[in-house]
Amino acid sequence: MSSTTNSPTHHTSTIGAIGAPSRRNTELALLVFAVVIPVFAYANVGLAINDSVPPGLLSYGLGLGLIAGVGHLVVRKFAPYADPLLLPLATLLNGVGLVVIWRLDQSKRLQASSTFIEAAPRQLLYSALGVGLFVAVLIFLKDHRVLQRYTYISMAGALILLILPLVPGLGENVFGARIWIKIPGLGTIQPGEFAKIVLAVFFAGYLMVKRDALALASRRFMGLYLPRGRDLGPIIVVWAISILILVFETDLGTSLLFFGMFVIMLYVATERTSWIVFGLLMSAAGAVSVASFEPHVQQRVQAWLDPMREYTLSRQGVVGHTEQSMQALWAFGSGGTLGTGLGQGNSDLIGFAANSDFILATFGEELGLAGVMAILLLYALIVERGVRTALAARDPFGKLLAIGLSGAFALQVFVVAGGVMGLIPLTGMTMPFLAYGGSSVIANWALIGILLRISDTARRPAPAPAANPDAEMTQVVRP
Amino acid sequence: MSELTLTVMRLGFLAVLWLFVIVAVQVIRSDLFGTRVTQRGSRRDAGRAQQQAARQAPPQQRQQQSGGRGRRNAPTKLVVTEGTLTGTTVALQGQTITLGRAHDSTIVLDDDYASSRHARIYPDRDGQWIVEDLGSTNGTYLDRSRLTSPTPISLGAPIRIGKTVIELRK
Repeated sequence: MSSTTNSPTHHTSTIGAIGAPSRRNTELALLVFAVVIPVFAYANVGLAINDSVPPGLLSYGLGLGLIAGVGHLVVRKFAPYADPLLLPLATLLNGVGLVVIWRLDQSKRLQASSTFIEAAPRQLLYSALGVGLFVAVLIFLKDHRVLQRYTYISMAGALILLILPLVPGLGENVFGARIWIKIPGLGTIQPGEFAKIVLAVFFAGYLMVKRDALALASRRFMGLYLPRGRDLGPIIVVWAISILILVFETDLGTSLLFFGMFVIMLYVATERTSWIVFGLLMSAAGAVSVASFEPHVQQRVQAWLDPMREYTLSRQGVVGHTEQSMQALWAFGSGGTLGTGLGQGNSDLIGFAANSDFILATFGEELGLAGVMAILLLYALIVERGVRTALAARDPFGKLLAIGLSGAFALQVFVVAGGVMGLIPLTGMTMPFLAYGGSSVIANWALIGILLRISDTARRPAPAPAANPDAEMTQVVRP
Repeated sequence: MSELTLTVMRLGFLAVLWLFVIVAVQVIRSDLFGTRVTQRGSRRDAGRAQQQAARQAPPQQRQQQSGGRGRRNAPTKLVVTEGTLTGTTVALQGQTITLGRAHDSTIVLDDDYASSRHARIYPDRDGQWIVEDLGSTNGTYLDRSRLTSPTPISLGAPIRIGKTVIELRK
């Protein structure tokens, strides 16, 4: 666990192997904390809404505790040197999200709507499935470098996942965006969430091989390294695909996420700022030109530029306008600095998608600026641990994969939070772990599993030098 | 439920949430992947203690100590002095350093004359650093001689692998 010094007589400059501490006990302590906080929140919501501690408190606490406990034991057994923060952070976000989803289930206004279903029990089930996948990743993925072999298979897989929602009969158009597929008897899934991980594998494997060519062959112009024309190929292909997603699936979020992830990984692989400049220019050009002819995207941009106008038009009964953007802003506004308290806000007025796309608005109203900042910091810590893992990883593939996954995670949080808060046009993605949605929770647990696997490999102390079979014959004689 | 209780719970929840964030940040602060700030301090203290001990020790004992393994001259870093990686340093912290073209080597050599797993440098039980050739094609040279067995490295002795030269320094 700690450093070993030499024998007490000369305990000076000999530095024994600094065994990287495994820090599993830190993780356990934080995990207990991360289970207690949501249970506290759950009791708080019950007291605020029904004046009594909710009857399901014990079973909910035990359920969350069980999920966290299983996760912890598996990490202890299969990834003993993994990062101590990722699992507690994910558990806390998942638990708090569950509480807020349950809180919205209690809303009389939402219960009155025709599409109402009890979302919290389903979300608990999805979380359990997610942790199941997390456990499977840790058990079956012994070494993340195995993924490197599947570079091009991943590319094909990711493309298939991205195209699936467009297949007639399988894809489903939900409120203008075609990012769901319907599996009879199972419900709908959002393949984009899984494509995120698979694409990160492909980009990591591809860039690891090609990065020298992309980094070195360039001309210098105005302080920027301009890549050669033919090296622009890959970025143009990825850009074209993301534009196609935008046009056919009309989903700005997914499109931005994939292109952004590629640009981040390209930058990390080549250390060339010019790629970032190119990426920003290309995505801006693409988004603007698509927005000029695609009505769904146009509507989102309108709602972003002037939410109040959209709100009044929608109130007047004009079809194709949304009140939600304005309502979300009102929710944030009425929350103020410290919020109204859990269960005491009116964010349920948002109605449809209050517990998925707009869940952050409930946090904004009931926990205020202080609460939303804490939540965003929890996300930032997950991303920071991912980047730290990338720094510590010894193999370039692991580095790129970790940076790609944490970059995608960060982008997703930015795109959703920015959309709900009115910084960028709203998109149809979900807040990782917080929002109601099976695909998102399951895919993000898998993402955390892969990050833990990479960090375990990165932090594992190097094996002691093997005993030399010739040791007897090659005794070193020292003066 | 009274207004007061709910207010206390609301503020309490925010406090607990922030406490978690602060604790998490504290964990990161002390978790810098195997490097420990405290250790350097304690090592320096220990060094001072040993110097004092050496001063008090009888002369022949002191001679023995300094002649022993040159412990006060123990190297603290490995420096690449020639080749494409010139200027790279690696802190010696008791870990095995592997050299070669393999991606998972500690020092990845970009050298046509290096094998994928070329050599390794590790401390033996007494803290003496040893270089060992791992059956490379073109060999590892310490000073001018090609290594055939694990050999202790003295400070500043050039270890040559292909076009790359490394030294141990204080």
